[in-house]
Amino acid sequence: MDSKLTTTHPMVTADSQSVSSQEEIVLSVQHVKKKIGKKWIIKDVTFEVKAGEIFGFLGPNGAGKTTTIRMLVNLIRPTEGTINICGYDVTKQPEKALAYVGSIVENPEMYPYLTGWENLEHFARMQPGVDEKRIQEVTEIVRLDERIHDKVSKYSLGMRQRLGIAQALLGRPKLLILDEPTNGLDPKGIRDMRIFIRELASQGMAVFVSSHLLSEIQLLCDRVAIVGRGSVIAVGGVTELVEDTQHLVIWELEPQAQGEQILQSIPSIQVLDLESSNLDNDTAASLRPHSIITATPEEYISTTIATLVQAGIQIHNVRKLSPTLEQLFLGVTEGEFIE
Amino acid sequence: MNSIWPLVQNETIKIIKKKRFYVVLLVLLVLVPMFTYAQMRQAQENRTKFGEDWRVELQQAITDNQNSLGSDRVPEEWKKYRRVFVQQMQYYLENDVNPNEPGGVTFTREFLDNSSSLFIPLLIMTIASDLVSAERTGGTIKMLLTRPIRRWKVLLSKLITLTMFVSLIVVSTFIISYVISGAAFGYSGFNIPVFTGFQPGDTGTDMSSVHAIAQWQFILMQMGLIWFVGLTVGLLAFMVSVLVRSTAASIVIMMAALIAGTILTNMAASWSTAKYLFMVNLGLTNYLSGSPAPIEGMTLPFSLGVLAVWALASVIVSFAVFTKRDVLN
Repeated sequence: MDSKLTTTHPMVTADSQSVSSQEEIVLSVQHVKKKIGKKWIIKDVTFEVKAGEIFGFLGPNGAGKTTTIRMLVNLIRPTEGTINICGYDVTKQPEKALAYVGSIVENPEMYPYLTGWENLEHFARMQPGVDEKRIQEVTEIVRLDERIHDKVSKYSLGMRQRLGIAQALLGRPKLLILDEPTNGLDPKGIRDMRIFIRELASQGMAVFVSSHLLSEIQLLCDRVAIVGRGSVIAVGGVTELVEDTQHLVIWELEPQAQGEQILQSIPSIQVLDLESSNLDNDTAASLRPHSIITATPEEYISTTIATLVQAGIQIHNVRKLSPTLEQLFLGVTEGEFIE
Repeated sequence: MNSIWPLVQNETIKIIKKKRFYVVLLVLLVLVPMFTYAQMRQAQENRTKFGEDWRVELQQAITDNQNSLGSDRVPEEWKKYRRVFVQQMQYYLENDVNPNEPGGVTFTREFLDNSSSLFIPLLIMTIASDLVSAERTGGTIKMLLTRPIRRWKVLLSKLITLTMFVSLIVVSTFIISYVISGAAFGYSGFNIPVFTGFQPGDTGTDMSSVHAIAQWQFILMQMGLIWFVGLTVGLLAFMVSVLVRSTAASIVIMMAALIAGTILTNMAASWSTAKYLFMVNLGLTNYLSGSPAPIEGMTLPFSLGVLAVWALASVIVSFAVFTKRDVLN
């Protein structure tokens, strides 16, 4: 697994036959650009996905994630650059390349007036080698066998999501593309989805997952590409990327003013106000009026606590926050991408 | 995946499960009995007025129309139609053939005649107008186009399915009309002679090529022409549904075009370039029964040609747009 953080991408075109299955590159995206009207929606996207890995595609809403995904499955034609799936160019040989792909783009939209089973039959007729036995198999994989003969209009969102995945799995794909797969699911549904995706990857399938939530990518993915404003900013291992990021620490001290003074006096600690700290809503709501937010490198936390104790300051609470996507952005771009 | 038939099967299932075709059948099943009843009342009234002899009735109709020809208040356009009508009826009278011989078959012939330019195209639009736009509105187009099949093949399967349903609608119109009206007027009449070959001209109707054919032959020809009209309208609606995202908009556009056609037919006699518009050429069956063309210079081959060009153009546009366009939402 490529654990190094890379921002440049000297890549060799994948040849699926000659590479061993462990390192087999299933999806290769090379310098893809897209112009719509006069605007470059996608400026430069390059990354590769290998068999058996879960690859995250992380970026804020509007960064070009969905447009990129649509290009991967030939819904949108790239203006420049190439996309290869298992060695076949998606634009030039869609009938070959797409045979290796199962996808859900945005919401899993199926025909509401057909039953789940009829929907699967419909898509089974559109690809070779999918028989009734396979349809039965995928309905069991997504645990939809009880309701499969009901009309899709009667399905809940979670069931539609599962039917969408069943549809994506029909053709035994080597690459599964899921666009925000946990959108609209309840916490249990999200957990189930994670377990399920890991299972698929352990069987050798490459899974490409897009998300705007860092936590989700952290919990699920091996590697990640971070996108912002139509470009891939960084590609690398998820753990490494997160470790390189500054951590926010929240302090509750008494007396507060004196404590804040001490924090400010330590050079490697930066005291932030609420606006510039980019906290997510849940955390921001949990703050008390006297909470102090700082950006503190992890290794300084314990020494800082010691300093505060020595100065006779009472520490009511110290909380290290897991980084948010915005902070990760700050880390990899040194701020240039944040408006 | 080489065969297109599984795709055609998909499209057929979708149309049937979406209950579009049932709507068409339902409309026919409601409307045809209404027309049948109206026709029955008219027949009863005529019988009380003229007795059992159809010749008296026909003679009366001729006289009525001749009288109106002398009136200044009747516009010249109408007079043209009436003059042709009078000549035709006289021809029927001379040859001792009842043009309105009551019966299920005659009713069906007249019904087909009247429904070819608006009613049947409308039924076909029910199916054609949302073939592509419904996939876009429902978002299922993403599923449809991310399968390992070329886009032109997906579109072709829809086109084949449309052609099948156009044929089915024309045949069902005949069957429903015959079965329902037959219950009221009797099921006989396939062999009644019907005159065709009237050639309306400026100086009067040219009778030289008029000949009698059996009514079933006449109906068969009608159905062929209606099928052609239906297919053309279907292909145009199909193109609009490729171009427009919303099904409602696509139906409105086609409806407006069709209705504009009927209005133009009634008033465009002096605007002769209007004859190249597809919507004034939909009354193909009128050429069989010999009604004058709405615009001078229009003949059956001309109208067939105009419709064929429009149909071909819409197929080309549909494929060009569908295979190239980015699916953005």
